[in-house]
Amino acid sequence: MTQAQLQPSGEHLSHHPHSEERRWQDYFTFSTDHKVIGIQYLVTGFLFYLVGGALATAIRTELATPAPDFVDPRLYNSLFTLHGTIMIFLWIVPAGAGFANYLLPLMIGARDMAFPRLNAVAFWIIPPTGILLISSFFFDPAQAGWTSYPPLSVTASQVGEAIWIMSVLLLGTSSILGGINFLVTLWKMRVPSMRLNQMPLFCWAMLSTSLLAVIATPVLAGALILLAFDLLIGTTFFNPTGGGDPVVYQHLFWFYSHPAVYIMVLPFFGVMSEVIPVHSRKPIFGYAAIAYSSLAISFLGLIVWAHHMFTSGTPGWLRMFFMITTMIIAVPTGIKIFGWLATMWGGKIRLNSPMLFAMGFISTFVVGGLSGVMLASVPFDIHVHDTYFVVAHLHYVLFGGSMFGIYTAIYHWFPKMTGRMINEPWGIVHFILTYFGFNLTFLPMHVLGLQGMPRRVAMYDPQFANINFICTIGSYILAVSTIPFLINAVWSWTRGTKAEDNPWQALGFEWLTSSPPSIENFEVLPVLTVGVYDYGMSDLSEVESRSSVEVKYPVGPDNEPVSATSDSQSK
Amino acid sequence: MNIPSTISTLLIGIVLTLLSLWYGQNHGLMPIAASDEANQVDDLFDTMMIIATGLFLIVQGTLIFCAFYFRKRKGDNTDGPGLHGNVPLEILWTAIPAAIVVWISIYSFEIYNTLGGVDPMTAGDMHAMHSPKSHRGAAIAAPLETMPSDSRQIALGVGASPLNQGKSAELEVNVTGLQYAWIFNYPDSGITTGELHLPVGQEIQVNLSANDVIHAFWVPQLRLKQDAIPGRTAQLRFTLNRVGEYPLRCAELCGSYHGSMITKLIAHTPEDYQNWVQSQQIASQPNNSKALALNPTNLSDSQFLAPYAQEMGIDTQLVSEMHHSHH
Ligand code: HEM
Ligand SMILES: [Cu+2]
Ligand SMILES: [Cu+2]
Repeated sequence: MTQAQLQPSGEHLSHHPHSEERRWQDYFTFSTDHKVIGIQYLVTGFLFYLVGGALATAIRTELATPAPDFVDPRLYNSLFTLHGTIMIFLWIVPAGAGFANYLLPLMIGARDMAFPRLNAVAFWIIPPTGILLISSFFFDPAQAGWTSYPPLSVTASQVGEAIWIMSVLLLGTSSILGGINFLVTLWKMRVPSMRLNQMPLFCWAMLSTSLLAVIATPVLAGALILLAFDLLIGTTFFNPTGGGDPVVYQHLFWFYSHPAVYIMVLPFFGVMSEVIPVHSRKPIFGYAAIAYSSLAISFLGLIVWAHHMFTSGTPGWLRMFFMITTMIIAVPTGIKIFGWLATMWGGKIRLNSPMLFAMGFISTFVVGGLSGVMLASVPFDIHVHDTYFVVAHLHYVLFGGSMFGIYTAIYHWFPKMTGRMINEPWGIVHFILTYFGFNLTFLPMHVLGLQGMPRRVAMYDPQFANINFICTIGSYILAVSTIPFLINAVWSWTRGTKAEDNPWQALGFEWLTSSPPSIENFEVLPVLTVGVYDYGMSDLSEVESRSSVEVKYPVGPDNEPVSATSDSQSK
Repeated sequence: MNIPSTISTLLIGIVLTLLSLWYGQNHGLMPIAASDEANQVDDLFDTMMIIATGLFLIVQGTLIFCAFYFRKRKGDNTDGPGLHGNVPLEILWTAIPAAIVVWISIYSFEIYNTLGGVDPMTAGDMHAMHSPKSHRGAAIAAPLETMPSDSRQIALGVGASPLNQGKSAELEVNVTGLQYAWIFNYPDSGITTGELHLPVGQEIQVNLSANDVIHAFWVPQLRLKQDAIPGRTAQLRFTLNRVGEYPLRCAELCGSYHGSMITKLIAHTPEDYQNWVQSQQIASQPNNSKALALNPTNLSDSQFLAPYAQEMGIDTQLVSEMHHSHH
């Protein structure tokens, strides 16, 4: 028994401990179990990550020398277009949804998502769509970048562009369906004893993420449908010769795609807030501030989109408005970062692989955050917009923020998800390679951009050759760094040492159930008696004495906690 | 947790500040500045670098410090202190970043204003021109339709610095972007070229437009960039202060050969500039802009592109197809 009590619930539960063990085939079915769907998301996402990574390696190989000698410039444009699209829509967003699927119900003591079938639909949209998108390589793949600005996007490659629009529309639909499901689940399915402001911070992060997904994604859909009309039937919504305006597309696109960067990174902010307290053995520092800062980021995220358009069709006074709102986002982000640092401060930090990746996350995200504040400054952004400075920034934020976050989460929840421990030393090797590969690849890109190298070019001035070469070496190290991880994950999953239910002595609900969780998640519903972050409070640290811990928080009026008994935990 | 105030933190603070101040001014990351405006942008960048370096060192330093100092010791299975928060500290680290970003905003606004970013002549956009209330003076909005390429036109971009507001620039050049070339047309002298020749010391205005897709005019040494958008006009005003040759690139993805859409800005002394104008006028029957567009090999004498001229020639076909496929 840990922080919570497992209380026999009113409904009758059939006991099905071993007869319903999960088989590997289940992962290829239209399962409605949120845990299966979570894993399906994660594994599918990772496969697409390997594709996107291969494209990135091809891009960097091309850029190893100034001449366009590895691929021709036309193909190059398709490479970075599909690279960006795959990484965003088929890797980060699905990975966030995967963790949310797996963890949300467990964290709030629910048996499943609010709409299990919808959940499965949201997932099953993804694999065929991803294959569709990649198949465009056999035709004439889209070449207008993941932003797909008209008029270029409606002139460069018709078939590829149409496939691109179709894919992104479908992936957006999946993300809206997922978002609705998360919102309703968080709102309706919490155990009665868990108030909103006692929810784990990952849940807060997903709440904010889902709000963004539900509000902003339809706008992207609108933009893409109009773009499809322009492309396929010759309307002129965005075509000036017919009275349209390409800048309108940019507004619609960025109204979604700026919030999208928070859709991509907020879940991993949530992951940090879960993992750091556990491995620092301290409560999260400033729970409320971190929770509300997620909402603040969501809200501010909706009113900063035109900072992507400072050098486009944005009049001067409007640039100033967007400069200020963008700058202000740094404040809630800073609150989170300082909160995590303060959580670590004075703790008993276990420097294991989840914690190392978490620290790697903070370390790289801060670079992206600082360059982000710089980019918000209009006079400076005018210089570096659409250069490698932006490429560096976006990869520090998106790639650093997602990849370190995802690995943190995988190493942390691996025992729960698979019932096996993942190999530690190889995790550390993986971390070191990733961290150095990452910084070697992207740090020098800041210099390239400042010095004058534009982005999205296959050929560049020889003065940039040396720095580009360094970046390319870095990207190879990065590519190699996934190998120890892959081997480790597969090996540990199949034959790693068996994991205990709660190997980290963590306090979240998800650690109350068996590893991996039974199909119904909990035999009996848990009751929140002690906060999920109350490390180091009273004598919680003594694992054996946890069963006698007193109630720390008042629980909901309709659900008086019964006092703890040590034998009520399911085992 | 109390806000630490021991001697050692004071010392660390001083060292951090000195390091940040030094690096912020000696990073050497920016290319040469070729205009007064560019120097101002560099000052702003230096300031932001000082702050960024400081914050960077604080965060990375804390991480490394925690990793060593607060590492769990072998055999110690206890938890850290059950500390939930510290309101004064949280207020402090909300207020300081807030103050910093507000200050950077104000500073950026100042610079942007001196650059001419908030020149009322460029403050509207083309689509707003029919609604006089969005502009300060109806006199500005009213005659617009009758003066298509006049400098008074309300456009996007960076306009005149506050000192020069209301005056037209000393020299105007019309710049057209098309796949994959820039065409420069000097309305005063009728010259049309593929390289931008300009005198130093005069206020210059470039009027940007695009024929096919979006392009972006960028000269890194000027720290200036503006999209040339089909159907809209945009302008940039600046004063060169340094003789030399600078790359002038397209910065917005505009198709397969976007990367090769690069030419030169040549900053002359005023005398040299006059000589150049004269030589051009003698030599010229004004170039046909179409010819320039369809044969990029003519205009780019930048060395590195030479080997690919062949390939680009092949693309001519493509270019002309695209021009036709416009609805
Ligand atoms: C989760 C991981 C990643 C995400 C979300 C991501 C995202 C993006 C995006 C959105 C773009 C812009 C595409 C465009 O301009 O249309 C891009 C371009 C690029 N990415 Fe990534 N990326 C990721 C990983 C990587 C990795 C691992 C590498 C290097 C090994 C890499 C190298 C590049 C390069 C070189 C470009 C081209 C930049 C340009 O030409 O503008 N990316 N990426
Ligand atoms: Cu161009
Ligand atoms: Cu271009």
